[in-house]
Amino acid sequence: MRDDVIGAISTPPGEGGIAIVRISGEGCIEKVSQIFQARVSGKDIQVQRPFSLTLGWLKDEKNEILDEVLVAKMNAPRSYTGEEMVEINCHGGSITARRCLQRVLSTGVRLADPGEFTRRAFMNGKMDAAQAEAVIDIIRAKTDRGLKLAMKQLEGKNSEYVKQLEDCLIEANMLLEANLDFSEDVGELDYDQLRRLLINTRDGIDNMIRAGELGNIYKDGISVAICGKPNVGKSSLLNALLRKERAIVTDIPGTTRDLIEEYININGIPVKLIDTAGIRETSDIVEQIGISKAQQAVKEAELVVFLLDIEAGMTEEDKAIYDYIENKERVIVLVNKDDLMEKNISEEEIEQNFTELRVIRASIKEEIGIQELEDIIEEMVGVGLIDSDNLEFTVSLRQKETLLAGREYIQEAIEAMEEVPLDCLGVDIQNGLARLGEITGRNLKEESIDRIFREFCIGK
Amino acid sequence: MIYNAGSYEVIVIGAGHAGCEAALASARMGCKTLLCTLSMEHIALMPCNPSIGGPAKAQVVREIDALGGEMAINIDKSQLQMRIINTGKGPAVQALRAQADKLEYYREMLKTLLAQENLDVLMAEIQDIETRANRISGVITKTGARYDCRCVIITSGTYLKGRIIIGDVMYDGGPGNQFPAMKLSASLINNGIELGRFKTGTPPRINRRTVDFSKMIEQPGDGRPLTFSFISPKQKKPQLSCWLTHSTPRTHRIVMDNIERAPLFTGVIKGRGPRYCPSFEDKVVRFAHKDAHQLFVEPEGRHTDEMYVQGLNTSLPEDVQIEVLRSIPGLENVRIIRTGYAIEYDYVPPSQLKLSLETKKIEGLFTAGQINGTSGYEEAAAQGLIAGINAALKVQEQEPFILKRNEAYIGVLIDDLVNKEIDEPYRLLTSRAEYRLLLRQDNADIRLTQIGREIGLVDDTRWEIFNRKMESIASTREMFQEVSFTPADEKMTTFLDVRGSARLKDRVSLWELLKRPEIHVEDFENMNWIETLPGEISEQMEIQSKYEGYISKQMEQVRKFEKMENRKLPEDLDYSEVYGLSNEARQRLKDVKPGSMGQASRITGVNPADINVLYIYLEKKRRN
Ligand SMILES: Cc1cc2nc3c(=O)[nH]c(=O)nc-3n(C[C@H](O)[C@H](O)[C@H](O)COP(=O)(O)OP(=O)(O)OC[C@H]3O[C@@H](n4cnc5c(N)ncnc54)[C@H](O)[C@@H]3O)c2cc1C
Ligand SMILES: Nc1nc2c(ncn2[C@@H]2O[C@H](COP(=O)(O)OP(=O)(O)OP(=O)(O)O)[C@@H](O)[C@H]2O)c(=O)[nH]1
Ligand SMILES: [Mg+2]
Repeated sequence: MRDDVIGAISTPPGEGGIAIVRISGEGCIEKVSQIFQARVSGKDIQVQRPFSLTLGWLKDEKNEILDEVLVAKMNAPRSYTGEEMVEINCHGGSITARRCLQRVLSTGVRLADPGEFTRRAFMNGKMDAAQAEAVIDIIRAKTDRGLKLAMKQLEGKNSEYVKQLEDCLIEANMLLEANLDFSEDVGELDYDQLRRLLINTRDGIDNMIRAGELGNIYKDGISVAICGKPNVGKSSLLNALLRKERAIVTDIPGTTRDLIEEYININGIPVKLIDTAGIRETSDIVEQIGISKAQQAVKEAELVVFLLDIEAGMTEEDKAIYDYIENKERVIVLVNKDDLMEKNISEEEIEQNFTELRVIRASIKEEIGIQELEDIIEEMVGVGLIDSDNLEFTVSLRQKETLLAGREYIQEAIEAMEEVPLDCLGVDIQNGLARLGEITGRNLKEESIDRIFREFCIGK
Repeated sequence: MIYNAGSYEVIVIGAGHAGCEAALASARMGCKTLLCTLSMEHIALMPCNPSIGGPAKAQVVREIDALGGEMAINIDKSQLQMRIINTGKGPAVQALRAQADKLEYYREMLKTLLAQENLDVLMAEIQDIETRANRISGVITKTGARYDCRCVIITSGTYLKGRIIIGDVMYDGGPGNQFPAMKLSASLINNGIELGRFKTGTPPRINRRTVDFSKMIEQPGDGRPLTFSFISPKQKKPQLSCWLTHSTPRTHRIVMDNIERAPLFTGVIKGRGPRYCPSFEDKVVRFAHKDAHQLFVEPEGRHTDEMYVQGLNTSLPEDVQIEVLRSIPGLENVRIIRTGYAIEYDYVPPSQLKLSLETKKIEGLFTAGQINGTSGYEEAAAQGLIAGINAALKVQEQEPFILKRNEAYIGVLIDDLVNKEIDEPYRLLTSRAEYRLLLRQDNADIRLTQIGREIGLVDDTRWEIFNRKMESIASTREMFQEVSFTPADEKMTTFLDVRGSARLKDRVSLWELLKRPEIHVEDFENMNWIETLPGEISEQMEIQSKYEGYISKQMEQVRKFEKMENRKLPEDLDYSEVYGLSNEARQRLKDVKPGSMGQASRITGVNPADINVLYIYLEKKRRN
């Protein structure tokens, strides 16, 4: 039977706290070890004892940190499924968990079918029938709910769009297949038309994935951390964006000690704002804890607003904080207190230190620059790239995986078009068609055959 | 009065393409077999187009051959013309097609049947089947003879309650004005078999001496000595031509002026006809913007002046048919020999069958051919062969023989019939096969001869020829991999330059070189790097090297597919007992009774969660 490596998120989505990415199947430990770096060097999970927990980071394709995670490894047969297993405890919410899963899938792990973990557990004798049936109930409920959700998603814009993609590929397939099965009736194949249809499908898939990711942002929101040294105006910014006095603001450096999280809506995007303690050297224990929390928040946030005080100037302290931020492309620099006469940060200095970053000159006190910040956040999320009509899209991970798999076949077909005979081309096109069909559950192969008879006059 | 006339192990009702294969297979496997036909003069009759093969169908004919069936050998003996269709579109869709001498085809098949050991041929109409406790026990003829038997295969084609329609003229009849079989349907219904009704049609036949060929384009044969069978002698035969002409705007006007007299449009014809084989009037109405349709005029035999008008299948009134024909370039003075007609007939919706072609309701009763809702000689013959084999295996108390979708077009055909809802006459297409690149006409023997041998249908001669070929392929392939050239080899460099192919960078074998699209085995032969190879060997070298990448891509798909396919589902599985199935899945599973997890997953309405639930259920059962 199928004994490949499967993975899925095993905590209910949307319920905050820790999400677990569960991976099962022979070879899964090796797979995870490719993308995991232990905090303490040498603690590679491959050599760790079974049932140990290892703290470390999940790395993305560019070897940058995705999330700080706790990895548990279990050897067969002493695991939930009875197979070799890894559980990755992600810190971030559902978005991070999804990203982590996606990273895991990129190592060749297959997204588990509903009920597959349970099935394996049962097959391997880890569960009795009553337990298995209890789980089936849950799976059933979940898939039914999932189906309803998927159906709902597929009403509206999504389905229209997928249908367009499918029709495009069906037409390509129809042209090719009619030419193979009924060459005497339909005449020569129009290569240009075929290529055009394939390219349209491919680009359509790309658009759909991009739009879907944005749609997901609209649904799930993003997190924005506000950071900087003490007294630059972080809490003032939080209040200004919230349009209420939420955080305490004083002229005493070190006012904010703990994280303050608030939700707002910026041009339709749900945003989690995180005000943090000003980062500095300190001997105050409470403040120290606050600062390390601030550092963690900065690490995990999708966007970071980095504040400077124009009167105080760019100090070594500022530079140290800035250097600490990973992934600079998610940073927005806000130079605050522009209302003050004394200006110790020059244009050149900004130019030099923050090339290619978005920099806002602002006075939170006078409410200058707030609107600009909101616009930049919206823009950085990427919404501006896409026709706002398509923003109702959301694309689930499974749909995305499926779309990507289909895209790969179509791309291969486009590249091979001149070189291989038509029957080989058909292999890629039919595979692409099968993948797309999985999304809507249509039998696209049958529909192409139907269309051959509808559009060509076949008359043996 | 009914009298006891004897007993057989297998009785085949119908001597069309399905029946002939079924009877031969059963007899050759050692079963005492009886073959019944309504008419001795119409055995292996081609009631429609005089041709065999073409895309998907050629592959089937070769598969029948590799399994020890008769169709390929018989058409090789009786062909008028052979051609390869789809050259240059890749090995998977290349297809041989033969024009057949219909009379010759009949004579050769009759000879083979009558010479076959264990086989009796009988002209008799079977009116009743007899069952005992849902098991077949015998058949009864119109004249009252009762035969005992263990298995029955019905291959009645278009004869069950056959009804001919020409304009407003209608009468009961089989193809070519033969007797229809009016009684057998009722016997089937009494035994719980459901029947449906389909329709098909055929064009008028015309007299060659009244055709002006100077207004048509000649379509000659290939000239090369081509054969369907892997064991037929390769010899050149004089080739007869086909002729291409077309309909005209005047033709279409005649059709439209008489459309209210067309039974297809007046509602007289109720059975559903095939879309890939529309009547001419249907084409004119649906594709009104076209002002010409291709028509091929094809010979029906060497010793007759009768010709077939391919593309003009019609049930228009006779006077309109004549007018239509005479509006076509080259047919201005034509005389009809046979009028075109439509025929309606009873069929058995094939979801009532197992993959072995045995009915689910009645043990020992098989159906094959057009009665199962298919159309086409090749599709019929393939089913006949499988039903014949399985009836014999049943008599011998052995497991049924089932070809999978990745093994043969025959597997695709039968799997589709059983799992899909068939609502129009079914025809094979290459696009119905997921693993098309593996199911080629050139490798049908490599795929199936071994299996045919195990079943007992491949005789020693065929087996020897096959083994010699396999050895030759292996050793040639090895040689191709061993002989290699370095970049310093001047002869090679010149050759590549002349061919416009990139020069070598490293040492390269002939095998690697052959992967280049512009390089062929013939080149190696011309350069004297190798001896001249037999055509079938160099063909394998070309295909196996050039398409290695795509072929292994398909093999990968097949491996996934097979895992599910090999997980069998018990026949008596009670789906109402399976906890957690969705209602729709439960109902569909109950109806289809899939034989494997793979088959279950192909049924519409069964989703992956249901499959997991099934796995759990099976495991639970195994433990108890
Ligand atoms: C008018 C017409 C047009 C067609 N057009 C096309 C086409 O365009 N393309 C295409 O691919 N195919 C076409 N076909 C279909 C093709 O001819 C058939 O699919 C194929 O011949 C079926 O083979 P078979 O063995 O199932 O049945 P058949 O060849 O029909 O043979 C049936 C046999 O059963 C016997 N029989 C029936 N009932 C009894 C009984 N009760 N007792 C004893 N014997 C019985 C008959 O005598 C006959 O020997 C056409 C068929 C017809 C009639
Ligand atoms: N002139 C001027 N003062 C500002 C502006 N923004 C904030 N301030 C003042 O700067 C001081 C510090 O503001 P906060 O918002 O508490 O600063 P913070 O960064 O949260 O400080 P910590 O919490 O201590 O790290 C307050 O007195 C604010 O009123 C501005 O745009 N102009
Ligand atoms: Mg503060």
